[in-house]
Amino acid sequence: MIEAPSTLPTGGARLPRGQTLRRGLAANPLLVVGGLLSALIVLIALLAPLLAPFPGDAGTATHPFLVLRPPSAQHWFGTDNVGRDVYSRVLYGARISPLIAVAVLAIACAVGIPLGVAAGYFGGWLDEVIMRVTDIFLAFPPLLFALALAAVLPASITTVIIVIALTWWPWYTRLVRGQAASVAGRPYIDSCRALGISRRRIIFRHILPNSITPLIVQVSLDVGGVILTVSALSFLGLGAQDPTPDWGLMVAEGQNYFLTSWWVVTFPGIAILVTAFAFTLLGDGLRDLMDPKRIFLR
Amino acid sequence: MRLAITGLQVSFGDRRVVDLAELAIAEAEIVGLAGESGSGKSMTTLAVLGLANTVGARVDGSIRLDGTELTGLSQREMRAVRGRRIAAIFQSPALAFSPVFRVGSVVHRALRLHGMTKAEAAAAAQRAMRQVLLPPGLLDRYPSQLSGGQLQRVAIALALALRAEVLLADEPTSALDVTVQAEVLELLRDLRDQQGMSVLFISHDLAVVAELCDRVAIMQDGRIVEQGPTGQVVTAPASPYTAGLLAAVTRLGAGGGR
Amino acid sequence: MIVYVARRVALAVLVVAGVIVLTFVIAHLVPGDPAATWAGPHASAAQVAAARRYLGLDRPAAVQLLGYFGGILAGNWGLSIHTHRPVLSDLAAVAPASLELVTVALIIALVVAVPLGLVSARWPGRAGDQAIRAGSILGVSMPIFCLALILQLVFAQRLHLLPVAGEYSPGLLFSHPLTRVTGFGLIDAPLTGNWPMFGSILSHMLLPAVVIAAYPAGLLTRMVRAQVLDTVGDAHIQMVRALGFGERAVFGRFAMKLAWNPVAAAVALVFAYSLVNTFLVEAIFDWPGLGSYATASITSLDTPAILGVTLFIALVYVAANLAVDIFQAAIDPRIRLR
Repeated sequence: MIEAPSTLPTGGARLPRGQTLRRGLAANPLLVVGGLLSALIVLIALLAPLLAPFPGDAGTATHPFLVLRPPSAQHWFGTDNVGRDVYSRVLYGARISPLIAVAVLAIACAVGIPLGVAAGYFGGWLDEVIMRVTDIFLAFPPLLFALALAAVLPASITTVIIVIALTWWPWYTRLVRGQAASVAGRPYIDSCRALGISRRRIIFRHILPNSITPLIVQVSLDVGGVILTVSALSFLGLGAQDPTPDWGLMVAEGQNYFLTSWWVVTFPGIAILVTAFAFTLLGDGLRDLMDPKRIFLR
Repeated sequence: MRLAITGLQVSFGDRRVVDLAELAIAEAEIVGLAGESGSGKSMTTLAVLGLANTVGARVDGSIRLDGTELTGLSQREMRAVRGRRIAAIFQSPALAFSPVFRVGSVVHRALRLHGMTKAEAAAAAQRAMRQVLLPPGLLDRYPSQLSGGQLQRVAIALALALRAEVLLADEPTSALDVTVQAEVLELLRDLRDQQGMSVLFISHDLAVVAELCDRVAIMQDGRIVEQGPTGQVVTAPASPYTAGLLAAVTRLGAGGGR
Repeated sequence: MIVYVARRVALAVLVVAGVIVLTFVIAHLVPGDPAATWAGPHASAAQVAAARRYLGLDRPAAVQLLGYFGGILAGNWGLSIHTHRPVLSDLAAVAPASLELVTVALIIALVVAVPLGLVSARWPGRAGDQAIRAGSILGVSMPIFCLALILQLVFAQRLHLLPVAGEYSPGLLFSHPLTRVTGFGLIDAPLTGNWPMFGSILSHMLLPAVVIAAYPAGLLTRMVRAQVLDTVGDAHIQMVRALGFGERAVFGRFAMKLAWNPVAAAVALVFAYSLVNTFLVEAIFDWPGLGSYATASITSLDTPAILGVTLFIALVYVAANLAVDIFQAAIDPRIRLR
């Protein structure tokens, strides 16, 4: 999640096509696994209502006579403390975490990219101010800042989204600013300016596209991190509330029964792990693919 | 012949980059290997050191050091040869030394690796530094604090301290300016005369080769197109390629030799 | 170098100031009227107004901020609602246990990460490398509260190999009470010759430390691998090979020396990150540190305490980064000799 920017591909890296792509994929089994897993999770999220044997359990249904049943043919992952089918809830949970992650990252990009481009392109005191502000935000480890905010605001999914987005944008500003600054310093940008091309055009046609490449990799790496942060906040009671089938919340609710009913905690936990793992694997593989001097072709 | 290379072929997959029929260096002799960039000269150095596989190349053929066949040796046996019997100096001395180690640290470690005690290593290092006309105190410095010429001399001192029999010098003066270059060349001559070292001097600069070397081999696309005493090759080249190279050189020193 | 260090310190001070301001902002995001809460549900309007004056809430925001700033610097971090003690003294009491825990966790992480990263870098692309890479990604993707619960169940409750919870065996409280000198159990115990206590603390620390070590281990393995692979093609590596050094020395000593710089920076970053992770782990293991304090504060909506913890960890992070910067400047010749 907190990857040193120096390990990311520079702005000149491109996604390889055709033959190179095929060779890259063949030499990079982890990327393939990550990609397939991620796709699978997205699929599950989309098809949850069809796949879940007890869709109502993802909502307000309770079954007092089915409380804390171990995994069986009827309930593959067992039932929880109010009798809900854990398997169905886990499936529905796939809709929540990734969705929150997408929302968070979209907001973080929407805020972070313009600030980063502005800082990198215009430089000077604007750059200094923006960089100091990001420095201050970055002094808080992500979960901490989100936590402090979430603790003072009412607990809900919306809070979680806003709070994590507020924590995340500085990373992207930093990243984009570095790229934008280096692109802006290149001679051909001066030529563009000399030719009288409008600033807006320069930014949108030249600076922006060339600064985004490492960002794409970082975003895919961050999906896993955001999902972990979301589940951590939910575990602490600051995120989704009952009966939402949020995985972190399920673990929190189940921990008191864990000693005798291991399935209530283990399956949502595995879901979090697999999801974070899949997307991080994907991001890692993408980074390898896009880095021009990667040794994977050996 | 102290170092005898026969039928050496270095390949990357199907692509053959070196195809040397024969190249030999006697005791107390400087042999030049000249040619354009990309002609396979540096790969020859790696092949002799047994390090071709670190860049993914395959080596076939024979490399004999004092009669011992090197190509068949195990990695452990080869490690005893590297540095101790065959030393190497490289083109960019500033890059050849690790920036985070004191220069002397690398020297000491290398000497101790090849069997010297701490005291022996310290003494050998000091002695060698003086032989290359450098104050031994420079060993305490970091590479960034020394000039290219000084670093190259430290590299030569290392070869001296290790008492290597063969020195592979891969473009050692290409990154240095002319005055410093002359000093390094003088040092190489001393190695030949006073230590009896066999030196393989690799360079794309035919003028320097002609000035320094006793014999010279001209390389083109991995093959040796001409070989012989420097004076003969320079004044009466047998191959048109050699003639072309010579014509491109604007200055020639007096032929190599003592 | 002095200039470099001075710049870094100045920057750190600036960031600290900003952090305090940000904490102030967060503190004032609490919905509702603090004065009304303080005065109680049955207070009259006049009493609420008096409360507001008393709490200084009628003053302009800038003045309040200054007051807050001054208070922080003077050591007044507010009163904890759930312990009824000053937040700062609460922090002083609980911080050492967590700092200890995280330090041990990071040591475990480094002991795992450096060899694995080196192995990975030495044979890149092969099965071992793929496995180590998958493993390290697993480490950084782990929801540690789950890992904590599972490890506790398996090793403590089922297998009875390790203690379930607490900082030390309760029995030792009477037979070998620990005299606190520095506040750090692992230092105080050997200092006072209390070896049974030392062993007990270690065995109680093991499970939570391993859990917290998962993320740093994964991250640092990836870092070591990346940094070493980066240098492997460099000329000085070839030179060292040409001198006759074996691959193990080439990677383990020469390539690794270059890698320590960025790895050290990552350790500072991950130290603060791991301190936050204690929030998710300590309550499960009943480890009496910052994390347990924070979790209790969250549950009781103890805003001053939450903000105190936040401020503290942010300061630790800034300090850790500064320390690494200075450390690097001191030992890395490339920075020192600039």
